[in-house]
Amino acid sequence: MAFIDYYKILGVNKDASSAEIKKAYRKLARKYHPDISPNDPQAEQKFKEINEANEVLSNSENRKKYDKYGKDWQHSEAFEQANRQNQQNTRQQYSGGFSEGGYSDFFESMFGGSGFSGGRSGGVKFRGEDYHAELELNLKDVYTTHKRTLTVNGKNIRLTIPAGVENGQVIKINGYGGKGVNGGPNGDLHITFNIKNHSGFKLSNTNLYTTAELDLYTALLGGTTIINSFTGQVKLTVKPETQNGTQVKLKGKGFPVYKKEGQFGDLFVTYHITMPTNLTSKEKELFTELSKLRSS
Amino acid sequence: MTLKNLILIDTLCVQYHVEKSFFNSLNEIGLIEITEKEELFYIHENTIKSVEKMIRLHNELELNLQGIDVVFNLLEKIDQLNEELLSVKNRLGLYEEE
Repeated sequence: MAFIDYYKILGVNKDASSAEIKKAYRKLARKYHPDISPNDPQAEQKFKEINEANEVLSNSENRKKYDKYGKDWQHSEAFEQANRQNQQNTRQQYSGGFSEGGYSDFFESMFGGSGFSGGRSGGVKFRGEDYHAELELNLKDVYTTHKRTLTVNGKNIRLTIPAGVENGQVIKINGYGGKGVNGGPNGDLHITFNIKNHSGFKLSNTNLYTTAELDLYTALLGGTTIINSFTGQVKLTVKPETQNGTQVKLKGKGFPVYKKEGQFGDLFVTYHITMPTNLTSKEKELFTELSKLRSS
Repeated sequence: MTLKNLILIDTLCVQYHVEKSFFNSLNEIGLIEITEKEELFYIHENTIKSVEKMIRLHNELELNLQGIDVVFNLLEKIDQLNEELLSVKNRLGLYEEE
């Protein structure tokens, strides 16, 4: 368990007055408060640290104990026992929508964590903390609506993931966040979808994009070719004299539209025409003849 | 409008230990909308999350109502920008090699 320098966290000297500590704390709290910096885990962590530092340094008894035993906290228990009854917890704590807790091991060992009561003991009900989780899925996974079971803070949540959910999209599950304070309602769980695309298809909104190779002869004379769509192979008719880079649209073969069952985007296929290699002398002869025909 | 989904402001004052004038001021500044019905004042339950945030900003960071208004406007802009950024990132992926 590492020693935590609470003075350093608040950016004050060891001989800082209580007014200086309060000022430093307020300045940092305004910067890192979770209502000001939502969805920022680093700010949340920083806020917990400065809150903890303020817990200790803003209370003269605790500050004295910290100054005396801070670096040698293992031997502070005797001090703790002698003073426990005298503790007057006049600390101020910013809730920031957090539940009680979130203290470091160092703090717990010195001050007993939740045993260090006070602060918001006035019975004010607050909504619990909102939890944020990230769920990584493959693009193939979100082509169809399916169910997943997630474990968040020890709770199993059966979640229906609608087809067509987008990368970065967030869904909210009411009441699955942190417990409310003093009987307040629970927070919500926000799940952000991180969708990895290893499908070989590019996705833009609900349209899919892919490329298909086409041999020279089919491109010139027309015919059919088989291409891979997202759900399987599709036979396409190729017009004669199809140019390299030609794009064709396959209506309704794209990605599902979010929460609109049966509606799909389109699939765009770009043809890359492949040139024949290792020509035989006969082929060379014929291509030469074609070339002459073209230039005459 | 029925009372369904409306929360009595008096209840909130007791719940959150704030004065009724706080809600009136939020209403005046346009941060919440108060509904009056039979001489009682209510807010819609959908706004409760925002109201809690306003109370925390006011009590914990000592922001005045104008400050809260500025924070809410800026957070709204950040949300919009984040949405645009995400959309642009997703579109940019179309032109990036795997």
